[in-house]
Amino acid sequence: MAATTAPTQAGAPAKGGKSARSREERRLAWMLCAPAVIVMLLVTGYPIGYAIYLSLQKTDLRFPGRSEFVGLDNYIEVLTSSSWWTDVFNTLFITVTSVSIELALGMGIALVMHRAIFGRGPVRAAVLIPYGIVTVVAAFAWRYAFSPDSGFVLTEQDLLGDRWGSMAIIVLTEVWKTTPFMALLLLAGLALVPDELHEAAKVDGAGPIQRFFRITIPLMKPAILVALLFRTLDAFRVFDSVFILTQGGGNNTETVSILGYKVLITRLNLGVGSAISVLIFLFVILIAVLFVKGLGTSTAQQRGET
Amino acid sequence: MTRQHVYWLIAILLVLLYALGPVAWILSLSFENPEKIGAGGFFPTDFTWDNYKLLFEGPPDFRYALLNSLGIAAIATFISIGLASMAAYALARLEFAGKAVILSGALAIAMFPPISIAGSLFDIWRSVGLFDTWPGLIIPYMTFSLPLAIYTLSAFFREIPWELEQAAQVDGATPFQAFRRVIVPLAAPGVFTAAILVFIFAWNDFLFATTLTSTNAARTVPATLAFFTGASQFTQPIGAISAAAVVVTIPIVIMVLIFQRRIVAGLTAGAVKG
Repeated sequence: MAATTAPTQAGAPAKGGKSARSREERRLAWMLCAPAVIVMLLVTGYPIGYAIYLSLQKTDLRFPGRSEFVGLDNYIEVLTSSSWWTDVFNTLFITVTSVSIELALGMGIALVMHRAIFGRGPVRAAVLIPYGIVTVVAAFAWRYAFSPDSGFVLTEQDLLGDRWGSMAIIVLTEVWKTTPFMALLLLAGLALVPDELHEAAKVDGAGPIQRFFRITIPLMKPAILVALLFRTLDAFRVFDSVFILTQGGGNNTETVSILGYKVLITRLNLGVGSAISVLIFLFVILIAVLFVKGLGTSTAQQRGET
Repeated sequence: MTRQHVYWLIAILLVLLYALGPVAWILSLSFENPEKIGAGGFFPTDFTWDNYKLLFEGPPDFRYALLNSLGIAAIATFISIGLASMAAYALARLEFAGKAVILSGALAIAMFPPISIAGSLFDIWRSVGLFDTWPGLIIPYMTFSLPLAIYTLSAFFREIPWELEQAAQVDGATPFQAFRRVIVPLAAPGVFTAAILVFIFAWNDFLFATTLTSTNAARTVPATLAFFTGASQFTQPIGAISAAAVVVTIPIVIMVLIFQRRIVAGLTAGAVKG
């Protein structure tokens, strides 16, 4: 150490010292990051690899020791079953409706909080409460509120007795629980829109609605897309609320996560269940890629404009 | 101006009603005499503490679940924050190639669908003896909370005025003293916020809790609630479930109310910058 530092101090002090220092910095950085990276790789990478392996086998835990390689048979079984496609439809329906309502409602709450005259604190605190509440608890609260045996909302009609009524309450539960998160992300995005632009547009005679759609929305587009991406992927894995509200997908409200759970854990059919797991994984990648592409073009557009 | 105040007041009341309505409802149910549930109306008709008594004096399932939830979430939070702090320090303060890889890798984990590995973990845990144990849940919880913790902590760490550390050393503090007396107090609020977010995440999980446990040995509150049965197998003990729901909700609500400002900063910091 002393031998290497002495010449650099005498000869080329800045350059030599810097590269040794930066090499050391890089080593330290990797040492600090390694535990977290290894844990994340090990606990997600290995099991997903194992799931892919299992999905190509005929494996049923009720008949142990009788697994055999079956190629893509499990995938064919899943993809040709009507229950898979019903569940995909249900999941996409819940995702699209709840995320759209959340976006509209979250934007409303974010605008209210942004333009706050007073009471910003209580509103922010109140909005965080649904975020903190356990999803299972929220689902129970809504189920008991709507069930005629216990509730106060509709005592004559059982919304949870039919498919679309159940869907509506699942969407309601999701929206209630996650709109706050959406609102907070959008509020952070709203703070990035400069006030001068609004003032300038006002001078030019633009009304509030025009300003909202022509200035606020375009400038917030990256923030909106990030919020949408997170919420879409989150909604696509919907499990807890369906499990509680319709006792695991009754009334034809089963989602892909519920189907995966039933095949893997209830029926112990690891082969077919793993094929479902892998298909859900691919779906999520597809959604993420579409969003990232959208995000890329929108930020590129913005850079081109300014 | 007064009219604007009135509109704003209405908006505040609507938001409060939206957020607190279901909480008030479950609270009301938990105080209703189980015999009278279903009589209609929002408020309890026959106020009683019996539902809570049943939870803490009746069958032990809920008490085990509460202990499991607290222990598992606390340990998972502790480990996750430890690992994430190291990584976040490197991401916020050091220059190195691979920063982008780590950040996008963490982002990928944040988007990862847990059901995709639930079956594999179920099978692996059964063969290595982790099924239905505390570590069996702690491991997935700490893993899936790492991205949240890393993003939140590195956003907070970027805001810390690290020059103060050198300033303290110039003033004669040892490096350890400078870290302990100057940096730790500055970093503590951020670390604490990240810990709350991770704790809420672990506390909330239901999917792993149902797939990776089967008995009171490790089953957490959400899973226990879902499989709660009453006197007979076919009646759900609505009063007891509501009381249990209140018990697990109150601490979170108190925490959220006390630390709201920091939680909002933590939740948005990661997402907006990333």
